[in-house]
Amino acid sequence: MRIFAFAAAAISVTMSGAIADPIEDRKAHMKERGALMRVLAPVAQGKQDFDAAMVMDALEKLQANAEVGRDVAAFWPEGTDTGDSKSSPNIWADLEGYQAASDKYAADVAAAVEAAPQDLAAFQAVFGPAAANCGSCHEKYRQ
Amino acid sequence: MSIVRNLAVSAAVIAAAGAAVAWFLTAPSKVDALMLEALETGDPTRGEQVFWAGGCASCHAAPQASGEDRLVLAGEVRLQTEFGTFVAPNISPHPQDGIGGWSVGDLANAMLHGVSPQGQHYYPAFPYASYTRMKPQDIADLHAFMATLPPVEGRAPENELSFPFTMRRGVGLWKLLFLDGSPAVALADPSPEIARGQYLVEGPGHCGECHTPRNALGGLDASRWLAGARAAEGDGTVPNLTSGEGGLSDWSEDDIAYLLESGFTPEFDSVGGSMASVIHNMAQLPASDREAIAAYLKAIPEHADAY
Repeated sequence: MRIFAFAAAAISVTMSGAIADPIEDRKAHMKERGALMRVLAPVAQGKQDFDAAMVMDALEKLQANAEVGRDVAAFWPEGTDTGDSKSSPNIWADLEGYQAASDKYAADVAAAVEAAPQDLAAFQAVFGPAAANCGSCHEKYRQ
Repeated sequence: MSIVRNLAVSAAVIAAAGAAVAWFLTAPSKVDALMLEALETGDPTRGEQVFWAGGCASCHAAPQASGEDRLVLAGEVRLQTEFGTFVAPNISPHPQDGIGGWSVGDLANAMLHGVSPQGQHYYPAFPYASYTRMKPQDIADLHAFMATLPPVEGRAPENELSFPFTMRRGVGLWKLLFLDGSPAVALADPSPEIARGQYLVEGPGHCGECHTPRNALGGLDASRWLAGARAAEGDGTVPNLTSGEGGLSDWSEDDIAYLLESGFTPEFDSVGGSMASVIHNMAQLPASDREAIAAYLKAIPEHADAY
């Protein structure tokens, strides 16, 4: 439950639009995404029992996080490619592609929420495609 | 004759002899013909596993290729290092532009000895210093699999290297120092699983090429095997895979195997850059191979971060 509280707090902070340090902010944003994945992935792997309410709650938080993340200009403004960051220069070389990748991820997560999975198989069917975005996006846009 | 002239002549003779010895020692060597004859006909199904274990697609398919596109081996991936830029060649089975005309022996010479069919040294950006530990039968199987892939027309551009690295013969000297098919680490009585992991990591997987630090001459420092390193490209670092300080001591074997399958760390960060490409390859292996790699990584000597 602590993870949920943390995630909710982090979402409310990022949604307030107070972006002071884009590198720190995008790191916190990604970590929050990771924390939610940590709730969902073990369920998809069958290591954790499927609980429809718990899954739905985490999926909705993941969706809110993904929507916020579509604001590429706020999190990855020009000039923030150096410093303590693992963001790849490919982001700024291909902003359009990066925006498209963020939009696709958000759409896949939204589809998972829309599906409102009621059993493990239904959840796996929508979670797999959404989670596949992590690797494919990081391959090009993360060092 | 003056003493000075005698000395000069002697020095010239010694230098000439030295050059002759160096020329002889740096000559490209080839695999044993009898060993080749003893191999079974290559099996493409087994060869596909070797292909993924060897990570061929990471340099020879297009960057960020996925799915079937990882089998289109046109080359052209550029590896920017302090020695210059190496450009991966076309290794599709195209008869002229790729390696369609190669025999099993040609592929074995390339992978086990780093020598081209024309008898020239390859640069060790092609990780034959690891592939040299591979079983010859695996090479024969790989050869059979690669013949089934789509041929691609067109050659990749040449490497862009600066002197003295433009002298391929010099690679012979590098090989004398660093091309050694013996195991990278000595493990006392490893289980079959750990031994399999050792083969995959030290041979085809060529993990040490990025995860082990190099000395000034570009050879791997076996005394800090897999302890992490500065990245060959850019100014980043490559993680320590041992259980020493900064390494994987907090990771279970399950965590390691899951990362190799999914790209997710125990914190559900997802690996990026070139490791994301490695995950595409590792995900194609049987689960038992990923578990074997994890078991091996837990068995090797611990070192603190080497970068």
